[in-house]
Amino acid sequence: MEIAVIDYKGGNVQSVLFALERLGVQATLTAEPDAIRRADKVIFPGEGEAASAMRELRAQGLDQLLPTLTQPFLGVCLGMQLLGRHSEEGDTELLGILPFDVQRFQPDAQHKVPHMGWNTLRNLRSPLFRGLREDDYVYFVHSYYAPVGAYTIAEGAHPGPFSAAVQHQNFYAVQFHAEKSGPVGTRILQNFLDL
Amino acid sequence: MLTKRIIPCLDVKDGRTVKGIRFEGLRDAGDPVALAAQYARQGADELVFLDITATNQKRQTLVALVRDVARELDIPFTVGGGISAVADVEALLLNGADKVSINSAALQRPALIDELARRFGSQCIVVAVDARSTPEAGWQVYTRAGTQATGRGAVQWCREAADRGAGELLLTSMSHDGTKDGFALEVTGAVCAAVTVPVIASGGAGRLEHFTSVFEQAGADAGLAASIFHFGEVGIPELKQHLHSNGIPVRL
Repeated sequence: MEIAVIDYKGGNVQSVLFALERLGVQATLTAEPDAIRRADKVIFPGEGEAASAMRELRAQGLDQLLPTLTQPFLGVCLGMQLLGRHSEEGDTELLGILPFDVQRFQPDAQHKVPHMGWNTLRNLRSPLFRGLREDDYVYFVHSYYAPVGAYTIAEGAHPGPFSAAVQHQNFYAVQFHAEKSGPVGTRILQNFLDL
Repeated sequence: MLTKRIIPCLDVKDGRTVKGIRFEGLRDAGDPVALAAQYARQGADELVFLDITATNQKRQTLVALVRDVARELDIPFTVGGGISAVADVEALLLNGADKVSINSAALQRPALIDELARRFGSQCIVVAVDARSTPEAGWQVYTRAGTQATGRGAVQWCREAADRGAGELLLTSMSHDGTKDGFALEVTGAVCAAVTVPVIASGGAGRLEHFTSVFEQAGADAGLAASIFHFGEVGIPELKQHLHSNGIPVRL
């Protein structure tokens, strides 16, 4: 199985590569359109800031390529947010693959921003979460979120509900760091590889 | 619900764990990777590696260590200790560190926090603050491994660091560190009230109840400790059970 991990200087790709290595699969870090198109599965990691990430994607023509992909695709963290239409972060136009607008969390005394740490998943509805239970913990680090919609396949709360995972056709994405979420995250990555 | 986090801190020197760690079932307690994996299995929520290497080889050994740890570990970890250059931060993050913590370099040039946050995102920039209380000056920030007073108030510096883009604060009370008499509840509470980013409390943990207090009374988001975990005085599974039975949300 050929796995392409998209290289757009999105930060923390190494952790995703290591997680795949622990699952016994060899992935290729690449920005080559042909290699990405050819891959059996595509993983779109990401950490950092939306506007600079989109600039980098446009510079490499990936903003045109990614929406046309048809194989199973997994966005992670910022790689999920970028699939939406628009982000409040830097007032940024996104890839428009999924119909959500990314908003900033508003902190209060009990709910800090970034939303950082282990939080539960609810309303799981996808083969991506096979073998998981409601309220299993995964690791989040983010200040912006996608609201809940028809595309939501798992919810988180901080304190209001947000999309912890989304799906549209072959495009799956998780807001949390599956590669850093212990055995639960490993299971999710394995489920994606099994799709 | 977001859980409170338990974070063991490992001191490393020349790529090896220091402080005579005693750990049952671990053949080489000086191996940071084996120790990290052991803590992850026990339920640690995150790890902090504090590099105390003083040689010129520091950068290379630290990057190699980060790579080895990231290859094995499936929970997040932060790396700190003498980090001052943007290039160092970049190398650590690219090799798999989730967060980098800066201390003296931020005090020397606070704009470094803004630069790092803009470049890498706030979520991976931790500002570590070493504070000590004196009767005359209250809680003051110290630098250079706690040897030098800065004249800055702890709460005020924490607020500035958060405003400049720190995504998390690691607040160590030097007045409590090593005492095992409990965390510095007052200053931790004051910092938690002053900022909207997560705060890790450090220094003074000796018993299970100390963690309960720092979460319930001071409002800390995470509790960090070193020797009590390394010497098995407090086990992470029993600590989490204790917190859970006191109604504090933890990942079990």
